[in-house]
Amino acid sequence: MALSIVHRATGIALYAGTLLLVWWLVAAASGPAAYANVQAFTGSIIGRLIVFGYTWALMHHMLSGVRHFFWDLGYGFKANEREALTWGAAIGGIVLTVLIWIVAYAIGGGR
Amino acid sequence: MVEFALPKNSKITGGKTWPKPAGATELREFRVYRWNPDDGKTPSVDTYYVDTHDCGPMVLDGLIWIKNHIDPSLTFRRSCREGVCGSCAMNIDGQNTLACTRSMHDVKDGAVKINPLPHQPVVKDLVPDLTNFYAQYASVEPWLKTTSPTPQKEWRQSHEDREKLDGLYECILCACCSTSCPSYWWNSDRYLGPAALLQANRWVSDSRDEATGERLDNLEDPFRLYRCHTIMNCAKACPKGLNPAEAIAELKLKMVERQI
Repeated sequence: MALSIVHRATGIALYAGTLLLVWWLVAAASGPAAYANVQAFTGSIIGRLIVFGYTWALMHHMLSGVRHFFWDLGYGFKANEREALTWGAAIGGIVLTVLIWIVAYAIGGGR
Repeated sequence: MVEFALPKNSKITGGKTWPKPAGATELREFRVYRWNPDDGKTPSVDTYYVDTHDCGPMVLDGLIWIKNHIDPSLTFRRSCREGVCGSCAMNIDGQNTLACTRSMHDVKDGAVKINPLPHQPVVKDLVPDLTNFYAQYASVEPWLKTTSPTPQKEWRQSHEDREKLDGLYECILCACCSTSCPSYWWNSDRYLGPAALLQANRWVSDSRDEATGERLDNLEDPFRLYRCHTIMNCAKACPKGLNPAEAIAELKLKMVERQI
């Protein structure tokens, strides 16, 4: 049940995160000044925390969604399979998020 | 309608601690939900001490010991005491299960906490009102429906077809699964719940039944079947080790398959 609640919570968080993405795209389209504003916000500590949270919400929701996809196809219902899918989604979401940020920092150097 | 908070008259307040039995060497603490419709009070949790040397190992043995030795007013359902009737379903230490098949020694240290099945109207103490639950079971028309002429002897079924009912026919309708399901808590007026849906799948899966299409039509509804969001509490709760979540997934698949 806990993962079901987290799946919904991250789903709601994705609405806010996607608005952030829209803000970034609209700013990029409207000019350098607006774009710099967004970059300043997302580059700040709070901004980075929010983007980090969005990355996790997206990764977790995606893997948890894959888990539901298995179930909808009629697989993974045995107790051990159920637990493996559930823990896999929970741990996999965190691992993917951290990996993405390591790669991002390695390529972008924290800009 | 979704209810996140308990109604005012359901708030649990206080409770009586009954004296420890004299001369007992090993005691187990039981904290049991009490509510009497006749005294006008809100529910409470009473504390009892059970002499484990004088009583059987199961939680139900403890409850019967309390009723016989301490408090005859304690009310609960029980019958077979071996997990085939489903009468003594209740919430023990946070989990819906049968009191007769859950050993009090398997409940982790501390008090054995017992509540009625969640989110059902309470008749008294540990007795829930399952009228709606039974009505939902009746709504899936749990009997063989045929149109072909009745055979001279029995309706025949191959071994393979009979095996398709394994994991479905064993359901004892104790309501542990349905009352553990958040979707059922919020929408039990419209969502059938895992128990009734597992039974629906039992009849849809029966090779002898000739009303499969009609049965699936009856479930084609945003609430009746599709309020299941694969939360999986039902599969975790079932004291018979059945998997209502899987049965519901099979129903959803059959809904799609018949359209292809």
